Amino acid sequence: MSNRDSAPSGTTRRRGASTDVEPRPNESHARKIGPGFLVKLVLVALVDALGVYGVFAASAVGHWGIVAFLVVALVVVNVVYFSRRMIPAKYLVPGLLFLLVYQLFVMLYTGYVSFTNYGDGHNSTKEDAIEAILLQNDRRVEDSPSLPLVVVRDGDALGFAVIEEDGDVAVGTAEQPLEVVDDAVVEDDTIVEVPGYDVLSFAQVVEVQREITDLRVPLSDDPNEGALRTQNGSVGFISRSFYVYDEAADTMTNTDTGAVYRPNDEGNFVNDEGQELTPGWRVAVGLDNYSAMFTDSRISGSFFQVVAWTFAFAGLSVLTTFGVGLFFAIVFNDPRIRGRKVYRSLLILPYAFPGFLAALVWRGMLNERFGFINEVLLGGASVPWLSDEWLARFSVLFVNTWLGFPYMFLICTGALQSIPGDVIESARMDGAGPLRIFRSMTLPLLLVSTAPLLISTFAFNFNNFTLIYMLTGGGPNFPDAPIPVGATDILISMVYSIAFEGGSRDYGLASAMSIMIFIVVGFISYLGFRRTRTLEEI
Amino acid sequence: MTMRRSITIAAAAGLTLTLAACGGGDGGSEPTTDAQETTDSATGGATEGGELTGTLTIWADETRVDLVEDISAEFTAETGVEVEVVQKASADIGTEFITAVPSGEGPDIIVSAHDGLGGWVTNGVVGTVELGDTAEEFSPAALAGVTYDGQVYGVPYAIENIALVRNNELVSETPATWDELVAQATGLGTEYSVLVQQDPAASDPYHLYPLQTSFGAPVFAQSADGSYTSELAMGGEQGVAFAEFLAAQGAAGVLDVNITADVAKEAFLAGESAYMVTGPWNVTEFVDAGLDVSVLPVPTAGGEEAQPFVGVQGFFPNIDSENALLVNEFLVNFIATPDVQTQLFELGGRVPAMTEVAEGLDDPILEGFNEAGATGVPMPAIPEMSAVWEFWGAAEVDIITGNAPAAERWTTMVENVEAAIAAN
Repeated sequence: MSNRDSAPSGTTRRRGASTDVEPRPNESHARKIGPGFLVKLVLVALVDALGVYGVFAASAVGHWGIVAFLVVALVVVNVVYFSRRMIPAKYLVPGLLFLLVYQLFVMLYTGYVSFTNYGDGHNSTKEDAIEAILLQNDRRVEDSPSLPLVVVRDGDALGFAVIEEDGDVAVGTAEQPLEVVDDAVVEDDTIVEVPGYDVLSFAQVVEVQREITDLRVPLSDDPNEGALRTQNGSVGFISRSFYVYDEAADTMTNTDTGAVYRPNDEGNFVNDEGQELTPGWRVAVGLDNYSAMFTDSRISGSFFQVVAWTFAFAGLSVLTTFGVGLFFAIVFNDPRIRGRKVYRSLLILPYAFPGFLAALVWRGMLNERFGFINEVLLGGASVPWLSDEWLARFSVLFVNTWLGFPYMFLICTGALQSIPGDVIESARMDGAGPLRIFRSMTLPLLLVSTAPLLISTFAFNFNNFTLIYMLTGGGPNFPDAPIPVGATDILISMVYSIAFEGGSRDYGLASAMSIMIFIVVGFISYLGFRRTRTLEEI
Repeated sequence: MTMRRSITIAAAAGLTLTLAACGGGDGGSEPTTDAQETTDSATGGATEGGELTGTLTIWADETRVDLVEDISAEFTAETGVEVEVVQKASADIGTEFITAVPSGEGPDIIVSAHDGLGGWVTNGVVGTVELGDTAEEFSPAALAGVTYDGQVYGVPYAIENIALVRNNELVSETPATWDELVAQATGLGTEYSVLVQQDPAASDPYHLYPLQTSFGAPVFAQSADGSYTSELAMGGEQGVAFAEFLAAQGAAGVLDVNITADVAKEAFLAGESAYMVTGPWNVTEFVDAGLDVSVLPVPTAGGEEAQPFVGVQGFFPNIDSENALLVNEFLVNFIATPDVQTQLFELGGRVPAMTEVAEGLDDPILEGFNEAGATGVPMPAIPEMSAVWEFWGAAEVDIITGNAPAAERWTTMVENVEAAIAAN
């Protein structure tokens, strides 16, 4: 694809106008069948095919949001790539689509979840909850017999025919309670014919298996007597449900006690005495999750402590890694040092280590009794590196420095080498000492190029879940905290332990806290980049 | 120009339709229910009235996936029903089940330990199983494991629990109480007296539980039928007595939070200790390494019976399964049969859940575990349990290391757990 071919028509016209030559025909891929066009056709066809497959797959499971998105996306892709105009869009569309899916959608969905009570006990829709309550409370009547059964069909209605204990054959459907029929044909304990009904073969039974396992054939008009059901299509038993759902009134009634359960605002059926039925379903809870962070005494007590440590951890991590990295960068930038290349490669080693692994290895090395540090380096001392509050914080920072300084070392080395030698030279000529040169020349010049990276390092460490989780697990836990939160927990690891470890999973609260963290990180980055701009003006 | 455009559009539309047709075919890979299509008939004759077809999806974690694959192959051979076994990480399998079922992505069956059951029931993702008369063939502990609130939700196949494992080369008689045992083991002059695996950050309440129950401080109170209530029972005098015992054992160096599972196993393999409190998962390795070991009940520390947690392994159905009949066929007419239970035992090496199968065993090690577990109680499957582990382990670390006064720390822990349960 040469540049000329795809030049926007505007350029052509301008050039044509200025040279006053007849404009050459406006040729583009869209109208010329060349190799480029064929490649495009195949690629777009592939995208279309995948998209259409996605539409089918999503509509099969009833995800209409995805269907709508895919349809719109496909239309946009086709219009953009087969149109003569929209040259910039051709380059932007793939990126924009991915941005929509992977960034905006995730953010919006997290935002949406944060306004619901999605979590344990509120896992799905109301229909699912009703179904689960009915099924969980549908039990086999004690000492009731297992009866040989066949599935029968009367028009559209499915039913069961059973051989009762006294040898009579009874038949019934969901609407029609069991009734004894006289002229059914039984061969080898199997019903083969029931007048007025079709007896289904096993293959036909499998075809409608969901309906059959859901089917209840009442014994009589009184629901408390129970109903015949089957789980395998060949043996039936009598079961009784303790709850009845009344669709019109939207209530759940306990058939034993007569208690009526009504849906409440929190997505549960609840009776007058306040007893809830599980499971519940997802409902919107407004700002409850957000206010819980500050007003729930269990969370808010540790919340500010954790916030403070998160800032301290992220800030100190940037300082230590940058400090150590810069120090080594300056040292190894000095031409008087021999074998600089070897040292430099050695220093980058920790960077090549996967962070996960490194944190785990350090955890082992810092073990109080069997760790390398205590056992070998300290001659068998028992320093509680990970179980003392302040030593644990120190260890986290130390390991993070070890993990992070090679990155800073690389950056600083690069930045140092880009500082023009004559600037430093002239400073020296003006009589500045090495310290003065560093403070007034090298460092500010270095910061211009590294400050954005320092800010992103801060943001990264603000959410450095891996290190905390792998190294200390947030511990040692605060003994008196009513939630499992410890001295080295940062916000994101606190979110994790509240949402997933402190009892039941609470995705709503976790999402709300994630959004809060997002806002904090975003605000800090904004401030940081504003500061950077002033640095650049030096 | 228009001509070419329309060619383009026609071509694109044609391609799309072709692929859409393929896609439609793919979507139809859900159970093909037309029995006429299957030519190979059922060889095992386990089903009456015709062949079964279709595909069951089973989730199993890394420790069970091979076992499930082997047993499923047999089911396929018997019935013609394809079984797709999907491996999931053991740490996430239960949680993933909870999130997958409502979205329609769940498996037909999940193979797991029973302790996630309460959570599944609360979230309405697990279906019920009607075992009928077969229920009586299972050991009460196994059946209790798959029962929640009076309803049966799965088919158990194995039970496991921890016990005291003794290295017979170092010592051959074991006293009846913990204190005497520690005294005897200390007298042997080995590196460690008794190994109980711990974790520097989370202790290990599971491995300490037999000792705790011997003080009469079970984690939750049980109602008359043996099911757990959400009422915490580990507080009070007995709990405090156990906490003080932990502190004393920690101070004496018997319990040490730095002895992790790996350290403990290596030490026992190296003959550095005569005793280890552990489960069947380690013992196979001990036997393979040529150690002569006996499996005994954990001796009492507080005077009452030392009851370990009993974990029940089972097959649990998805409440929303499209293949409800096949699932039931697999669970009740296949897994819940003595033959298959025996095979599961041979493949997995755990105490079988079916009494008849378990009694037919002639393996002193499994018998030892069986005996140690006879007094045991099923690990609570109530959702409240997940609130307990974190606090429990953290408190035990503080007590064993002496970081906090035992009685006070234990009481705080109990209050925290109660608050966490109340908050849910």
